[in-house]
Amino acid sequence: MSRFSRFFAAAGVALLATSAAQAQELNLYTTREPGLIEPLLASFKTATGIAVNTVFLKDGLAERVANEGESSPADVLMTVDAGNLVDLVEKGLTQAVDSAALKGAIPEALRDADGHWFGLSMRARVLYAAKGLDLAAISYEDLADPKWKGKICIRSGQHPYNTALFADYIAHHGAAETETWLKGLKANLARKAAGGDRDGAKDIAGGICDIAIANSYYVGLMRSGKSGEEQVAWGEAIKVLLPTFKDGGTQVNISGAAVAKHAPNRDAAVKLLEYLVSDEAQKIYAEANYEYPVKPGAPIDPIIASFGELKIDTVPLTEIVGHRKAASALVDAVGFDN
Amino acid sequence: MAAPAPSWRATPRARKGGAAWLTAASAAALFVLLPLLALVSEAVQGSAAHLAGIATTILPAALWTTLVLLAGVGAIAASVGTTAAWLVTAHDFPGRRMLSWALLLPLAMPTYIIAYAYLDILHPLGPVQGLIRDLLGYASPREFRLPDVRSMTGCVVLLGFALYPYVYIPTRAMFLTQSSGLLDASRTLGVSARARFWRVALPLARPAVAVGVSLALMEALNDIGAAEFLGVRTLTVSIYTTWITRTDLPGAAQIALALLMVVVLLVALERWARRSQRFASGGGRTLQPRKAGPFAGIGLLILGLIPILIGFAAPALYLVQAAWSRYQFAGVSARLAGEALNTILLAASATAVAAALGLVVAYALRIRPGPHSAWAYRLATVGYAAPGTVIAIGMLIVLGLADRTIDAAAHHWFGSAAGLVFLGSGAAVVLAYVARFLTIPAGAVEAGLARIPLSLDQASRTLGRGATGTFWQVHLPLSAPALAAGALLVFVDCVKELPATLLLRPLNVETLATHLYGEAARGTYEEAAMAALAIVVIAMLPVVLLARVGVMPNRHAAPRQEVRSGGAAAAAA
Repeated sequence: MSRFSRFFAAAGVALLATSAAQAQELNLYTTREPGLIEPLLASFKTATGIAVNTVFLKDGLAERVANEGESSPADVLMTVDAGNLVDLVEKGLTQAVDSAALKGAIPEALRDADGHWFGLSMRARVLYAAKGLDLAAISYEDLADPKWKGKICIRSGQHPYNTALFADYIAHHGAAETETWLKGLKANLARKAAGGDRDGAKDIAGGICDIAIANSYYVGLMRSGKSGEEQVAWGEAIKVLLPTFKDGGTQVNISGAAVAKHAPNRDAAVKLLEYLVSDEAQKIYAEANYEYPVKPGAPIDPIIASFGELKIDTVPLTEIVGHRKAASALVDAVGFDN
Repeated sequence: MAAPAPSWRATPRARKGGAAWLTAASAAALFVLLPLLALVSEAVQGSAAHLAGIATTILPAALWTTLVLLAGVGAIAASVGTTAAWLVTAHDFPGRRMLSWALLLPLAMPTYIIAYAYLDILHPLGPVQGLIRDLLGYASPREFRLPDVRSMTGCVVLLGFALYPYVYIPTRAMFLTQSSGLLDASRTLGVSARARFWRVALPLARPAVAVGVSLALMEALNDIGAAEFLGVRTLTVSIYTTWITRTDLPGAAQIALALLMVVVLLVALERWARRSQRFASGGGRTLQPRKAGPFAGIGLLILGLIPILIGFAAPALYLVQAAWSRYQFAGVSARLAGEALNTILLAASATAVAAALGLVVAYALRIRPGPHSAWAYRLATVGYAAPGTVIAIGMLIVLGLADRTIDAAAHHWFGSAAGLVFLGSGAAVVLAYVARFLTIPAGAVEAGLARIPLSLDQASRTLGRGATGTFWQVHLPLSAPALAAGALLVFVDCVKELPATLLLRPLNVETLATHLYGEAARGTYEEAAMAALAIVVIAMLPVVLLARVGVMPNRHAAPRQEVRSGGAAAAAA
């Protein structure tokens, strides 16, 4: 295993070997879990012959790249949540890319105007509801209604998926009203704001709550049986509603990527981004990960399509990003996670 | 951790030599201190307004949560660990030998795995509540269910039962080496068995209990996985969300420093407890266990099995079952073997380095006693006190700077890139492990050296050996068991470590823990069951070995008398 010699042998020697082999390689720093992106990278390699080395970093992506500085081997930085992408740009870790293929495939609202980051797939913050529950439509505003007291499950309020939703709420209603709403939502929780989005479905199946706020693609992962029989049962215990803001649509976030400022393999990096918005890759995003493709007209998986037509909220991503620190502060102020 | 009670006053004649040891110990201290200094430099970049905001919105609640958690975990770990230690030391009953090592097994179980396992086991859809519903005749969880495990209570109980071995190990060692004289005396004076425990044995073991509790509390304080799973917002979790959600590293560093203050308190507590440690080391016959009757024996066995069941057996069985169903569903992931190998290699390298440095700082303290070596020891062992995330970020800043400097120098002098020497090679991970866990071998060696009488040093030096010669021929052989025990514990901790591994490893290197985390982060826990099981199995082997070298200190303590007379004989020769 060459990776072993690389990290274990005396570093200098090993690294010379690495740089010699860089012609057909590309280094990807990602906060997206390996299991999610492997099919995309495998198919990229088949299409272009470029092998992708990865390191899955989760939360320290920006710090890692910043501290590696000009010596960083990173070519592509991949993450979820528009806020995380904007952070990378604001820290000066990205470079502009001018690519007709990227511009043509990704709607303007889902990419940076200056070409520093590009949205590659979308997910909606939806509502899981117990199958038998008499509920056909709901607004995000309704979630603070006291009739839901003790009936709602949600993950930590500080998770980026939630701070993005709350930031969108601020964009619609202002900070003061959002604080009141958050207090109402907190009062309605059936359990601690913790765990993951799938726990929402599992807890509905377990009778802990009636509704849960969660991301759209988990439903596909559960119902498809890719995660085993047990999760099929969770997926089947719920129905999915697409909530909307009263004066807008459903809150949508993106996964995306940027080319690193000091990318040693810049051309290959741009190739990867262009590949990821090709019809082939967008299909994988939809079929393997159950995300909404960013490319207009690309097919949506039937499980996801069954939720009904997605009406994307009107507030631009960049505006949501601007409110997210305020949203995070409000989460602390109301003691949402306590 | 705290430096041991100063022993230099006991040696009026300062011993010569060992300057090299002192220098090496100081270097080790500096190495551990660097990431923390990097953190301070981050913290001061935050504005004062910033600090005020954090102080009012986050700190009060997080501090309170943390204190409640620590009080609860401390109480459980102390009572379970001490009871278990007394049980297998003072009583003889069927299964006692098995219990004495099996009680260590929860060490092999990372807290984040325990938390996740119990979330599933105790879920309304899980086996426990299912059984209860069947027995009570309820058809659906909507009719009847138990309180949710995601709570402070749940977190306290799970962490308490996961961490009690930290108390069990030193307390049992203390009970084993305690002189039975006092206990015999109290018996002849008509003190009941129960009162003998409360009024004689326990007060004598108090320093060991305090040492163990402070270790358990630091583990609880550093935990992030279990607390996050269970929805308990501790200081450590707050550091994390401030860093991530607000992209506010200075703010996170400020909270981290507040956390370090809590730790300083703990360390002070431990040092206070250790100050009177010496009185417990009387000689004479050691405690002999008393044979229990057949019924009492079974009762004691069951009592001893309870913490093993909660802290290890139940979550381990859960993992086996989950891994098995995963195996049937998808077979074994081809990556698993490579990840296991990475895990072992990283942990073994760090263990070797940590053991060597631990020897250095502990030995410098012995041969050059004084404030200099005591401070070197204290600072070199402070890494354990900081959360793994904090050490990881600090290390990233330090090694990033080193890497950039080396790379630029290589460009300048040789005209070719050196790449990332530390971050690109896995050395960064190893160094972060060492910085974090150095206290374990240092403390173990220090305790081991304390058992070797000074007369032996004097004899060796009289016979013409220098400081280093005495080390190789006297101290190292005699403290080897203690070092081995410390090294095994470091290895186990490295295998379980997550935050530094995640942040600092090079491209294409996954360990079992990062794989597990990757799956857990996207909610596909089922795919991680085998990685989790592999972590537990790999961590279990040293724990079982530890039972042989570490928890049987009476075997090593017994030669103490011989050593003393042997030393005298050597001196006479």
